Amino acid sequence: MSLRRLFAMAFKETLQIWRDPRSLAIALLMPVMQMALLGYGVSLDIKRVPLCINDQEHSQLSRDLVQRFVASGWFSADHASATDRAVRGALDRGACAGAVTIPVDFSRALMTTGSASVQTVFDATDTNTTNVAIGYAQGVIAQTTADFESQWAAAHGLRPPKIGAVDLEARVWFNEGLDSRNFIIPAVVAVILALVGAQLTSLTISREWERGTMEQLISTPVTALEVMLGKLVPYFVIGLVDAAFCLFTAIYWFKVPFRGSFIVLAITTALFTLVVLGIGYLISVRIRSQLGASQVALILTMTPTTMLSGYTFAIDQMPAPVQAVTLLVYARYYVTILRDVFLKGSPLQDLLIPIAALSAYAAAIIWIAARSFRDRLD
Amino acid sequence: MTATTHEIVIEAQGLKRRFGAVEAVRDISLTIMRGEIFGLVGADGAGKTTIMRLLAGVLRPDAGAIRVAGVDVVAEPKRVRSELSYMPQRFGLYEDLTVAENIFFYSELFSVSPRERRARTGQLLEAAGLAPFQRRLAGQLSGGMKQKLGLVCALIHTPRVLLLDEPTTGVDPVSRRDFWAILYNLRESGVTILLSTAYMDEAERCSRVALLQAGQIRSCDTPSRLKQAMPGALLDVVADDPGAANQALKDAPGVLGLLLMGDRVHVRVDDAGRRSPELRARLAERAIAHTEITTIEPGIEDVFVALLEPDGAA
Ligand SMILES: Nc1ncnc2c1ncn2[C@@H]1O[C@H](COP(=O)(O)OP(=O)(O)O)[C@@H](O)[C@H]1O
Ligand SMILES: [Mg+2]
Repeated sequence: MSLRRLFAMAFKETLQIWRDPRSLAIALLMPVMQMALLGYGVSLDIKRVPLCINDQEHSQLSRDLVQRFVASGWFSADHASATDRAVRGALDRGACAGAVTIPVDFSRALMTTGSASVQTVFDATDTNTTNVAIGYAQGVIAQTTADFESQWAAAHGLRPPKIGAVDLEARVWFNEGLDSRNFIIPAVVAVILALVGAQLTSLTISREWERGTMEQLISTPVTALEVMLGKLVPYFVIGLVDAAFCLFTAIYWFKVPFRGSFIVLAITTALFTLVVLGIGYLISVRIRSQLGASQVALILTMTPTTMLSGYTFAIDQMPAPVQAVTLLVYARYYVTILRDVFLKGSPLQDLLIPIAALSAYAAAIIWIAARSFRDRLD
Repeated sequence: MTATTHEIVIEAQGLKRRFGAVEAVRDISLTIMRGEIFGLVGADGAGKTTIMRLLAGVLRPDAGAIRVAGVDVVAEPKRVRSELSYMPQRFGLYEDLTVAENIFFYSELFSVSPRERRARTGQLLEAAGLAPFQRRLAGQLSGGMKQKLGLVCALIHTPRVLLLDEPTTGVDPVSRRDFWAILYNLRESGVTILLSTAYMDEAERCSRVALLQAGQIRSCDTPSRLKQAMPGALLDVVADDPGAANQALKDAPGVLGLLLMGDRVHVRVDDAGRRSPELRARLAERAIAHTEITTIEPGIEDVFVALLEPDGAA
């Protein structure tokens, strides 16, 4: 391999990208638009649902429960009403979107029987919001129940019982606040990079075939590896700019908590960018028409990355055969990495498995692409 | 005048290549010496481009052996690539790169040293008349300038073999002259050139010419020997209405073939001395005016037409 020919390819490709400002603009603006679209799509998450509290008991425990609703961040206890009629009125006026009624015997029931009921009512005009709100309310109550039961068991010298709330807690542990946004937005970044990256390189070889420049290129001493690496250099830079843009938007605009290190983020992002560009390049080598290559790139990346990467559907809840298929979906490794780096602050050594998977992917793709490059017309 | 030696630079034996049902190249053998300008002449679809591609190692033959500059092209197509330059029929440079950028790119692919590149670039651009256009995008050049840029890029390294597929088709006469001046110069320095052409006057400038038809070589020799070998003699008939003259003479006795060329008709006959008065009489009989009939030396196109006619070989 000659570095000189590799750089010549990179130089030529860079000039061509530069001379085609429309494509460059698309390459840089597409992630912006997608980030806005998908990022805001998931950030319709509800915040501070106004609640009307009908605390009929006014005990330590009942006040504690109300406090928990407010502390969760999803609710605000703006109104207090003493009667059911007043609650209804507040709901009807739209002064609040839901109501929580704590019965007079709340503490007593809890102390004696170990269980108590709290009534929650929500305005169901906006079913979507209502469903989410109910889910959150259940979360708050489940958490309260669990805490109470542990205390109760401890006070009575018993082992804490294992109940449903524990399970819920485990799943939202690193995304405290149960905020689905924090969980989804890192995955959105992965999906966007997978789509954009493959599109970037999917045209690079077919363009040479369509414009008739390939015949002369392959008659020179340039090798398949030099063509590939040379062409990837400028797209790698663009891919990293896109990635940086998406990641910074996630951190500084959508305010997803970032607890990891930027170095870990940079290393893993570079690796993932290499994989997605390699996929696009491989498609480009295999399909000689530009339109065909771009469509295949879209189809091949869209469905797996959106459905099977853990972005929309949790992988551990899929049927076993589907889970096995997801092992081939390179985006899932980056989704895992991003969630871990963002929410857990995982260091490099905790990410060895997904990093190894991505590295293997990168090596395989580059090897296959270099071998698939045809330096003949037939 | 020529630097032709007895060193064989291009050798092809029994080349065959088909595309589906089309036999583009059938059993072609060629031997080209160092310093030759060898011309491939043939109608569209005769197989010129396919032969060029096979020799350049960008297409694999179905059968046959190829050696170019001592390299077995079929076995090691990569190794021959630093020895030759191939200019495809369709413009193969980057239209969104400037003249200078294209030259730089190809010089890097062939690992030309910067000093050599500067020297050669200046010299070649001057010879091609492209010096003022270095910063122009290749896509904005005229057809002739594009072809000359292709040649400059092909010559930026020192190829032993130059393969040019219809380099002057659609090129203006001035650019064609520049082009040929460069080719003659190259021959002096021992570069072997194989070119295909649709222009008969260019075929006459080659040291040897192969006449191709349907993927086969019908005849291959120096232009002068090809002309000598043409059966019969050639009469040049100038007429006001050459179409009518052509029609009138078609079935005349002793006429072997006709070729309409602008305001004249080339008539190939078995015996010039005997047929000339006969044809004159025939034209007078049919009242085709202002006819003038002279015996002329055949051009390559006459030889070509003669060879391609079914009874021409008789
Ligand atoms: N890549 C190809 N696929 C199918 N047919 C081809 C291909 N290349 C050439 N041919 C056919 O082979 C024949 C010779 O073509 P070509 O070598 O291009 O001739 P020329 O250059 O003399 O015009 C033609 O009939 C052409 O249609
Ligand atoms: Mg051709």
